[in-house]
Amino acid sequence: MISKEDIIKVAGLSRLSLTESEIEEYQKEFTHILGFFEILSEVNTDNVEPTAQITGLTNVTVDDTVDSFDSMKLLHCSQQNQVKTEIAVAPVV
Amino acid sequence: MTLIPKTIAEAKKMLEAKQISALELTNIFISRIEKFDSDLGTYTQTCFDEARIAAKKLDESGDFSAPLAGIPYSLKDVVSKKGLKNTAGSKMLEHYEAPYDATVAEVLENAGAILLGKVNTDEFTQGSSCENSALQLTRNPWNLDKVPGGSSGGSAASIAKYLGLFSIGTDTGGSIRQPANFCGVTGLKVSYGRVSRSGIISYASSFDSIGPIAPTVDCTARVLEVIAGNDKKDATTPEIAVDAYSSLLETGADLSGKKIGVIKEFVEAEGFDVELKQSFENTVQQLESLGAEIVEISLPLTRYAIPTYYLLVKAEASTNLARYDGIRFGETATVSNLKDQYTKTRSEFLGPEVKRAIMMGTYTLSAGYFDAYYVKAAKVRTLIKEEYEKAFATVDAIVAPVTPFPAFNIGEKTSDPLAMYLADIFTVTANLAGICGLSLPTEKVHDLPAGVQILGKAFNEAEILQIGSVLEKSYGFTEIREKEMI
Repeated sequence: MISKEDIIKVAGLSRLSLTESEIEEYQKEFTHILGFFEILSEVNTDNVEPTAQITGLTNVTVDDTVDSFDSMKLLHCSQQNQVKTEIAVAPVV
Repeated sequence: MTLIPKTIAEAKKMLEAKQISALELTNIFISRIEKFDSDLGTYTQTCFDEARIAAKKLDESGDFSAPLAGIPYSLKDVVSKKGLKNTAGSKMLEHYEAPYDATVAEVLENAGAILLGKVNTDEFTQGSSCENSALQLTRNPWNLDKVPGGSSGGSAASIAKYLGLFSIGTDTGGSIRQPANFCGVTGLKVSYGRVSRSGIISYASSFDSIGPIAPTVDCTARVLEVIAGNDKKDATTPEIAVDAYSSLLETGADLSGKKIGVIKEFVEAEGFDVELKQSFENTVQQLESLGAEIVEISLPLTRYAIPTYYLLVKAEASTNLARYDGIRFGETATVSNLKDQYTKTRSEFLGPEVKRAIMMGTYTLSAGYFDAYYVKAAKVRTLIKEEYEKAFATVDAIVAPVTPFPAFNIGEKTSDPLAMYLADIFTVTANLAGICGLSLPTEKVHDLPAGVQILGKAFNEAEILQIGSVLEKSYGFTEIREKEMI
C-alpha cells in the first residue's frame, strides 16, 4: 500500500492541496493502478535504450532571427490583476 | 428541404459550379448547429459572424481554387485560433483567449476553409468519453444516452450529425480513432510528426498528434494533404514530402497484392465484446474477399502496452500541466501569498482526472521511483516500437479493432480509472510506436456504429487511406449515416 506520507509529499510537489478523503482515495487508486503496472518488470530491458522521442530527428535548429511579437498580448492570457503593463502577483512571503 | 452536401468533394463541386454560394453553404451548417446542437452539446463556442464574413469574401472573389475553399469546419477546443477561447474543456482556461493561430488553423484558413467554432473535449484531452470536460456534456448523436467517445468527442459527434464537413482533433492514445468509431465517422491519427503541433495545448508531447475527423476517407485525405508537412515552429516535423493523398485514392479498386496483418493478441484480448469481435472477423474476411492476403502476426508485448503508455503519458502530462500556475494562463484563485496561489489555483480549477494525472506523473518521476517506473516504461516503449517495425517489414498494413466495447451509457464507466485505461488497449500502441492509424465505420452492431482501424507504418498514410477507401466503398456505411443523421 502506498503510504499517506508519500501521497502528501507528491501533492506538495504537484502544487495541489488534497482533502483527507482525496488522500485516502489516491492511496487506494495508486496502489491498485501502479500494482497492475508492475507487470512491466517481466520485460527484460537490459541493454535497451529508453525512447524519449520517436522521430529519430537530432539537432533540429531554427534560424536565429528576431521575430516581432506583441508581448502585450500575453497579458490578456492571464486573469491576474494588471497594473499598467505588468501583472501583479501575490507577495512571495 | 435544403440539399446538404455530404462530403468535401460534393460541396467543392457545387461551389465551383456556382450551384451554391459559400455563404449559403455556411448558413446551411450554421442552421443545423442551431437546430441540433442544443441536444448534442458539441460546440463549446461558435464564430458564425466571422464565418459568414469569410464566406462572403470568398463569394465576392469568385475564386474557389484553394483546396478547401468554402468548406465549413471546426477545431477541437485545444487548437489555438486567435481571438477565440481555447478552453481545453477546463475551468482553468474557461476564459482564456488564444493570442495567436496554431499552424494547423493558419494553413486551413489559407486553404479557404471556413471555421464555424470550437468543439468539446475531455479536460486537457484526458479521457475517452468526453465526460471529463468541465464545461459541458456532449452526447452521441446515434443515441443521446450514450457517450460520443473521447477525447475528440465534440469533433466526432458534430461530424456524424453533419454540423460541419470536417473537424480537427488530437490523438494521444486513441482520442481521434475511438470517438470516430463510437460516432460512425472517419478519423485519422497521423504518424507522430506528420502534422505540426504548434499552437496546440499539449497532453503528452512525445505522443500527441493532430488529425482530421470527417465523414469519409476521401474527406480525411483532402484535409490531410493541406495540414501535413514540415513546420519550423514544430521541431518534430521531419521534412518528408506530403503525398497528394486524395488523388491516390482514385487508383486501385481492390486490394490485390496487399498483405494485411491481424494481431493475434488483439483478437484474443479479454473483455472484447462478442458481437464486435464477430464484426471484426467479418471485416477481415471482407478484406480477403477484396483481394488482400491476410497474415496473422503476433506482437507479444501488447500486454505491456497499457502500463507503458499510461506511465509515460501521465509523466509527460504532469510536466506539461505545471504551466497552469495561476499566473501565466487562465484563472487564478484569491490568495495572500505566492505558494498558495499555485496550490489553490490548481486545486480549485483543475478537474479530477487531470489532478490524478499530475499526481501519478509526479509520483513516477520523483526521486526513487524514476528508474523503476518512467525509465522502465521508456525502455519497453523502445521494444514495442521495434516490434511494430518488424511487423511492418512483413505486412503493408494491419487491420485492428478500435474499442473492445461499443459506446457506453453516460455515467456508466467513470468511477474506475483503471477500467477506463484498459479500454484503450487497441489504440495506444500506435502512439507508442509513432505509426499512423485510420478509424472507419463498417456497420451497425448493438444498434450503434462499429468499425475497424487500419494501421500503417510511420509516414505511410497513403497506404492506409487507400486500403480504407476500398473497404469503405465495399461496406457503404455512409448511406446508413446519411439516412439516419440528416
